[in-house]
Amino acid sequence: MNAVTWITQIVEALVALTAAPLFVGWVNQCRAWLQNRRAPSIWLPYRGIGKLFMKDALIADSASPLFRAAPYIVFGLMVTAAAIIPSMGTRLPFTSVADAIALVGLLAAARFFISLAAMDIGTAFGTLGARREMLVGFLAEPALLMVIFVASMISATTALPLIAERLATQDFALYPSLAFTAVAFTMVLLAENARIPIDNPATHLELTMIHEAMLLEYSARHLALMEWAAALKLFNYACIGFALFIPWGIPPGEVGPELLAASLPVLAAKLAVAGAGLALIETVSAKLRVFRAPEFLASAFIFAVLGMLVHLLLEN
Amino acid sequence: MSIFLSPLSLCVALLAAWGVLGLLGLVRPADTRFVARGLFPLGALCGAALAVAAGAALAMPVEREVLPIGLPDLPVHLRCDALSSVFLFLLGASSAGISLFAAGYFRREEGTPPGLLGFQYHLFLAAMGFVILADDAYSFMVAWETMALSSYFLVITQHRIPEIRRAGFLYLLIAHVGAIAILLSFGIMQGGSWRFTFDAMREAHLAPGWAVASFALALFGFGAKAGLVPLHVWLPEAHPAAPSPVSALMSGVMLKTAVYGFLRFAFDLLGHPVWWLGLFPIVIGLFTAVFGVVFAAAQSDMKRLLAYSSIENLGIIFAGIGLAIVFLGVDMRPLAALALIAVLYHTVNHAFMKSLLFIGTGAVLHATGQRNLGQLGGLIHRMPWVAWLTLVGVMAIAGLPPLNGFVSEWLLLQAFLFAPDVPRPFVNMLLPMGAAVVALAAALAGYVMVKFFGVVFLGQPREPALAQARDAGTLKRLGLAWLAAGCVLLGIFPVQVIGALQRVTRQLNVGALSDTAGSWWQLVPLPDRHASYSPIIFLLVVAAVIAVTSAMVRFVFHRRYRRGPAWDCGFGRADARMQDTAEGFGQPIRHVFQPFFSMLRELPSPFDAIPRYRVVVGDRIWGALYAPIEGVVQRAANAVAWLQQGKISTYLLYSFVTLLVLLAVVL
Repeated sequence: MNAVTWITQIVEALVALTAAPLFVGWVNQCRAWLQNRRAPSIWLPYRGIGKLFMKDALIADSASPLFRAAPYIVFGLMVTAAAIIPSMGTRLPFTSVADAIALVGLLAAARFFISLAAMDIGTAFGTLGARREMLVGFLAEPALLMVIFVASMISATTALPLIAERLATQDFALYPSLAFTAVAFTMVLLAENARIPIDNPATHLELTMIHEAMLLEYSARHLALMEWAAALKLFNYACIGFALFIPWGIPPGEVGPELLAASLPVLAAKLAVAGAGLALIETVSAKLRVFRAPEFLASAFIFAVLGMLVHLLLEN
Repeated sequence: MSIFLSPLSLCVALLAAWGVLGLLGLVRPADTRFVARGLFPLGALCGAALAVAAGAALAMPVEREVLPIGLPDLPVHLRCDALSSVFLFLLGASSAGISLFAAGYFRREEGTPPGLLGFQYHLFLAAMGFVILADDAYSFMVAWETMALSSYFLVITQHRIPEIRRAGFLYLLIAHVGAIAILLSFGIMQGGSWRFTFDAMREAHLAPGWAVASFALALFGFGAKAGLVPLHVWLPEAHPAAPSPVSALMSGVMLKTAVYGFLRFAFDLLGHPVWWLGLFPIVIGLFTAVFGVVFAAAQSDMKRLLAYSSIENLGIIFAGIGLAIVFLGVDMRPLAALALIAVLYHTVNHAFMKSLLFIGTGAVLHATGQRNLGQLGGLIHRMPWVAWLTLVGVMAIAGLPPLNGFVSEWLLLQAFLFAPDVPRPFVNMLLPMGAAVVALAAALAGYVMVKFFGVVFLGQPREPALAQARDAGTLKRLGLAWLAAGCVLLGIFPVQVIGALQRVTRQLNVGALSDTAGSWWQLVPLPDRHASYSPIIFLLVVAAVIAVTSAMVRFVFHRRYRRGPAWDCGFGRADARMQDTAEGFGQPIRHVFQPFFSMLRELPSPFDAIPRYRVVVGDRIWGALYAPIEGVVQRAANAVAWLQQGKISTYLLYSFVTLLVLLAVVL
């Protein structure tokens, strides 16, 4: 643990912080192209966040301090998660603070605070959004844990960097279990990041929204932090997916500045492909009714459980 | 001199002091001030001292004492080993917070006079202490029954209300059915030696069949106390009936005596059970966990919700015990130690967080007079102390890092992930599914806790009367803060806690984790898995990021804000009744887990003048299990009722015939 690795660690977190809105902008651009619309600028999310920071905040009369603290807490948790996830190197000092299970706990904490903040104002939309978010969460969280369990059974560790390292460096082998869990993970990613078919990030249609319903009362810097945190969440989920399913290119071992520079293009390429894939999924699928969301997530959970059974039956 | 300094004597003296405090309450039974402000804080002090003494005892070798009290030839054997110390610590530390709170809680209008209540309360505490220290079946059962009876009287404090009497009766009934099973289990355990000290049971070698029988009886008996499905029915009735500090004691501490009893039984008295016996607690425990949390989500009474959440947690604890038995049975000692440590850790955690939540509901109940979630809301503005301290407990029980509930769930999940290594076919494939169930229960607990906290403390007040709610007084705040501090400390110092708990696993001959890996701030329970977790660093980094972000926002931009009404979509008449209700928040769970519930719905028809919607959510187990039993008992009672003729001459005839029969037998 020398100064170089610490600097590398901070650089990694900063890269996540700056690249997250860009990733969202890229997904939006791809989606516009696929839907035959003129694409917005890829820099639009930055401009939106910047503009929100300038504005005066308008806070509802019935808001408690929890409402004002929540954006900072959620943002802080997401930045910490970005530092823990091995996106650009596996031996960074911070990756040992929490293993994959603790990472899921951290994401759960962020969801917990965003839901409480939504309930704080006491409007119909806020509580509705909080309820739906928790409904999505209580099914998505165990599904995500099952995905991680399968990967950790294959690689005999629950530390995410080591999972990535072992899956990347061992002899090439086909894991049918990982195929099942990749499907489950994609479904969880869609649900957790308020994407179609569970939620639609592009509309404020009252009857169906989840994530936007919770943010309805936020404005200015609080909204900026929440949106940035949401972008970071999508970025984090993408990086968890890379670590579990396409770990190649994340430099193993101690990381210096030169390795970091080498891993950045790989990460950018993966993100570009993943973003395009996400836009494709969102374009070809229709939004489900909210009542169908539990079925969607239950099938994600079942896929993950099947993945585990397949691993235990065939791969032991 | 030395006898007064030994931790065991100190513990016994402190338990006796509780008894004395209780008796003092009887001197001036109607004097609320004397009992509440005088005796309860002293009781809290005794609790804190007991926690310290138990902590000291944990580091000492096993101690024994024989007190020549009680019936002739039946002296009371006491023994304090590491397992007892952990549970004594739990009893002392959490009761200290609860008693502090109780000092500010009890008022004149409760049904039982305060002095009598104080007597029952302190007797209850002392009895739980003696359950943990007892070293023979006789004194164990006496303490166990004292505990059950004193808590029964505490449950029916407001005995003028028929539902409360009914709840108390149900509790007493199931407590006694359980006690009979424990008694029978001890009867088998003595193994023909007819000596009922625990030492004799440790030495007795049971035939495998008898061992299984005694295990089943113990699981039944202690499971009844712990609220395992289907013996859980008393819990959601008795907990809301009792005053809040008593609910906190029952849920936080008394349920743990069942865990203690079962651990003492399975890992100490019975020796080490066969591995497959562990599967029963696992299956029952996991089912109980999901069952409890699903029902918790559907409740609209604060205390019933917490009672069901206790059922969930006890289910998780028993599943962990079962896992430890399986690992031990196939001789995977470090993993058995891991599972057992997870169990003990979760037990201590649950004592702190559930006590905290129950006394938090007590504070709300006192301030508002409401227990129903549908009539609360917005209390974070009126009662900030209670709200923020309760938030700690809510986060802890929802299993969020860096608090304590997360650590024990993390350890248990790690243990379940090793289950594929169990060298038994099929079992090694099915056991890891337990991890999925634990994960599901933990995630649902998050749902339940968002509902609980959000509906009670956030949003707008649902009743106008809530605007008059006042925050808790100093003593109540101290009680809440003590337990919240426990939750935080247990959460951020897991290495130290596990180091202490390893003494238990070593003494029970289960083995220990390797001490080499990790450091004081980093938890690495199993070095070959590289699973690590450092809550302090985690907490510091999150706090640092929040501080930096907040400072950046302040200096680079600004912190101006305005207040305004919430966005009402142009409707203009949005009011507090448009918020989600507790029933509404639970609706998705009722929908997803429909087979668990028996629901009675009354839907309005379009032509009703006053449309009415009513839904009664019930427990299927009542109809499926208890109603038939009740029917059989009723029929049997009717069948023998003809004996009761109501004539003295007939009864004398019965006595005469009985005498004749007995004489015939004797002669």
